[in-house]
Amino acid sequence: MLRRRHKKPDALQGTLDLLVLRTLRRGPHHGYGIAADIQSISDDILRVEEGSLYPALHRMEHLGWITAEWQTTANNRRARLYKLTRAGQKRLDEERAKWDQLTKAVGKVLRFA
Amino acid sequence: MGWVRRLRSTFSRTAGDFDEERRFHIDERTDEYVRNGMSREEARRAALKRFGNATLAKERTLDVDVFRWIEDLHRDTGYALRMLWRSPGFTVLAIVCLTLGIGANVAVFSWIEGILLRPYPLVVDQDRLFAVTGTNRGAPGHTDVSWPDWLDLQRASTLAEAFIGEKITGTTLSIGDRAERASGSMVSANYFDAIGVRPVLGRSFEPGEDSGRNAHPVTVISYEMWHDRFHGDPGVIGKTQVLSGLPHTIVGVAPKGFYGTFVGYAFQFWVPASMQSQFDAGVYKLEDRGARWIEGYVRLKPGVTIEQAQAEMSAIAARLEADYPETNRGRGVKLFPLWQTPFNNAGALLPTLAVALVVVLSVLLIACANVGNLLLVRAFARQQEMTIRLSVGAGRGRLVKQLMTEGLILSAIAAAGGLLVANWLRDALALLTPPRGGVVLRLPGELDWRVLAVSAGVCLGSTVLFGLVPAMLTSNIDLAGALRSESGGVIGGRSRASVRSTLVLVQVSLSFVLLVGAGLLIQSLQAVRNASPGFSTDGVLTTGVDLFTAGYDPQRAKNFQDELIDRLQALGGVESAALSRMTPFSYRNYSTAPIAVDGYDAPPDQQPAADYNEIGPGFLATMGIPLVSGREFTRADNERAPLVAVVDETMAAQFWRGVDPVGRRVQVKGRWMQIVGLARNARYRNLLETPKPFFYVALRQNFSATTALQLRTAQRPAALAPALVREIHALDANVAPSELITMREQVDRTTAAQRISVTILVVFGALALVLAAIGLYGVMASTVSQSSRELALRMALGAGASDLLGLVLSQGLALTAGGVVVGLVAALQVTRLLGYLLYKVSPRDPLAFASAFVVIAVASLVACFVPAWRAVRTDPLRALRG
Repeated sequence: MLRRRHKKPDALQGTLDLLVLRTLRRGPHHGYGIAADIQSISDDILRVEEGSLYPALHRMEHLGWITAEWQTTANNRRARLYKLTRAGQKRLDEERAKWDQLTKAVGKVLRFA
Repeated sequence: MGWVRRLRSTFSRTAGDFDEERRFHIDERTDEYVRNGMSREEARRAALKRFGNATLAKERTLDVDVFRWIEDLHRDTGYALRMLWRSPGFTVLAIVCLTLGIGANVAVFSWIEGILLRPYPLVVDQDRLFAVTGTNRGAPGHTDVSWPDWLDLQRASTLAEAFIGEKITGTTLSIGDRAERASGSMVSANYFDAIGVRPVLGRSFEPGEDSGRNAHPVTVISYEMWHDRFHGDPGVIGKTQVLSGLPHTIVGVAPKGFYGTFVGYAFQFWVPASMQSQFDAGVYKLEDRGARWIEGYVRLKPGVTIEQAQAEMSAIAARLEADYPETNRGRGVKLFPLWQTPFNNAGALLPTLAVALVVVLSVLLIACANVGNLLLVRAFARQQEMTIRLSVGAGRGRLVKQLMTEGLILSAIAAAGGLLVANWLRDALALLTPPRGGVVLRLPGELDWRVLAVSAGVCLGSTVLFGLVPAMLTSNIDLAGALRSESGGVIGGRSRASVRSTLVLVQVSLSFVLLVGAGLLIQSLQAVRNASPGFSTDGVLTTGVDLFTAGYDPQRAKNFQDELIDRLQALGGVESAALSRMTPFSYRNYSTAPIAVDGYDAPPDQQPAADYNEIGPGFLATMGIPLVSGREFTRADNERAPLVAVVDETMAAQFWRGVDPVGRRVQVKGRWMQIVGLARNARYRNLLETPKPFFYVALRQNFSATTALQLRTAQRPAALAPALVREIHALDANVAPSELITMREQVDRTTAAQRISVTILVVFGALALVLAAIGLYGVMASTVSQSSRELALRMALGAGASDLLGLVLSQGLALTAGGVVVGLVAALQVTRLLGYLLYKVSPRDPLAFASAFVVIAVASLVACFVPAWRAVRTDPLRALRG
């Protein structure tokens, strides 16, 4: 097989991916909506940088985790709607398991210390 | 068609897309801030600020896109290469098929470019060049133009930038003690300036050098002649060279790679038109409006269409007709695009190249169908892989891209091979064309950027043809269905099988059409070979004896000619010998003259004219042209005797309406001649000409010192040549005959177009047949392997070997039969396009159709038999278990 050219996602980027994928699981959404959802659900604690969000969305699209389509919104604007794919769903499950493991591990260490 | 949209979206992601996405984001954010109580102005500023560095975000986003695109390309290419490497049999077969298909196409494109579209290297603005010829009302075909008419056209035309007049001519060059023919051209003085060709040495012709009888014996020689004959001597300018018996001063050397403006021949020298009579055996035509001899081209001003120019030329010709009714009654002017030029080999090769183009496009289609079939087989074998890739979320567009990448790699390799093939075939046409003494043949393919562009287009087109069909089929994969079936080779499915069968059907029908075409042309060539030209082709030899350029005055020439004939007839083995100004089937023009006949009234706007040959005593007997009545000329028909003529049957039928014209008279160029004989019709220029009135006059009464010599003898040319030279040298050691050949060869030289077409069609017809047989074999083989279970079951239930053989064969032959039916319908329509290439053969000739059928049937039997045999030998137990 050819060497995979893109780097392994680092932890932080992985987190953004996880958040985005999770948000999209509720249904197709545009970039602004994803950012807004993450912010409101986290009670304004997590604010997604737009400068990171769009590159991440496009990267995940190429990886086949999500697909994108232009659509017209209720207030008659053209928005790019992202939608979770089967591969994205699988990825979400994996990332989520990893995240759970990680937080569980970190929690254990904190409690023990 | 979902995949089209996906394919498009894969390629059309642009910076604009991102800008629009960002605009939406900011609009939404602004709305949010407004809802929270900010003013719109404030909200917008805040939203922009919040988004941050837009350019950076954009760059990072686009980086992802571009990087990804390159990565995809890289991975697809690598993947495709590995897939191709893993199945070398498939890859080699596909590349060979495509190389042959694309190579044949590039070769024909390069011929069309080099011979028809841009035939003249170094000549500028060939797009605006058009051929100029004359016409004669009531007579088919074209004529040349007289020099006064040419000058008047040039003076009166406002739409033309330049008139470029020329006429092919030849001379004998003495090289040591041996004589060699060289071909050249008599041209208008503006020739080199008008075509934009600068001599590399010396000058071109100066204005006025094309006027005055033999007033300017100057010449521009070709680069090759300068190189070979003058060894590239830089001091060659000012030296003299004897051309057609007269020393000419060399004033210029044409640049390397310039061969003149005559399709098919490379010229070695150019002289101004003022030297015309020196090259026409002393007949001066520059001031004779009735003498039509110049040909040439007109360069139209930019933006002028051929229709506008034609209208203007016709108007000028009509004025000339009114001003000079004596010479110009019924005479017009006609323009042709360069590729239809009637007076050089372009006109002769046009139908051949048109046929070749159709043939090679068919071959390419067949090749594409083959490769498409092969790709399909592989695509189905890889269906499981594709399904998995789809199910893990690979875009269908990506899969299409993947398959197209594979196809593109195949056709790119094939195109490179095709260019090599075409390069080898560059001079194939010249090699297929019989040589003529003294003429340097030049029928090159031109591999310029236009040909390369068209070839690239063909390459892309064929990729789409053979690559997209499997891509479309695979992108319609039914995910669930495909995953459920667990067997390795998921082939079959009615729609796919029918696609493959359709491809084979197309192949068989195209091959059938090509085979019918080949059969027709072979028969036509046979008919041409067997056609009687109306004179003996066996046992008659011909050569030329040019006393004019040897410096003879008419009286000396007459004595020489008489003595020569006496000597030759005394030779052992020579039955008879005769002189004539022209030998039949020469590329030079016959004399032509307006004629009048008692009791025959031509329509008032027409001037009857006919070609004639000036012949010596015994010419008709020597040539084997029978007399219907009367006699032919004898030595008594000399300059002191009454003028005499012999007419042919076509002329008798037209002007005397079938009454024997012997004893009547005909007026030729104002001179009345007594008709003493009626000759059988013969062919005079080529085998395929339509009969036109023709007559003979006595050489002695219409003298020419430049003559052809015909000998009736059973000897071969090589055996007789030494004796001929000996007899001529006995009279004058400075006179040498030109090449001695049989009349058979003389005739064959005019059937080059037919032979080239036959060769092309037979070669490509065979190629098409092989490709189609491979296709049929492939389909049958995979049908058998698909249905091995069914076959085994039948065997287990008691079917014999012959039953199974019959079953498989009948399937394959049904496919063939379908293809033949389609091919039959197509061939009935298409073969008419062969037009004049078909001689005495109906485009619906049953023999050609029947033989095409037999060949196809045999080929498909062979192609089906191997898989059928394999089916019979299937071990039922193993097949059923497996």
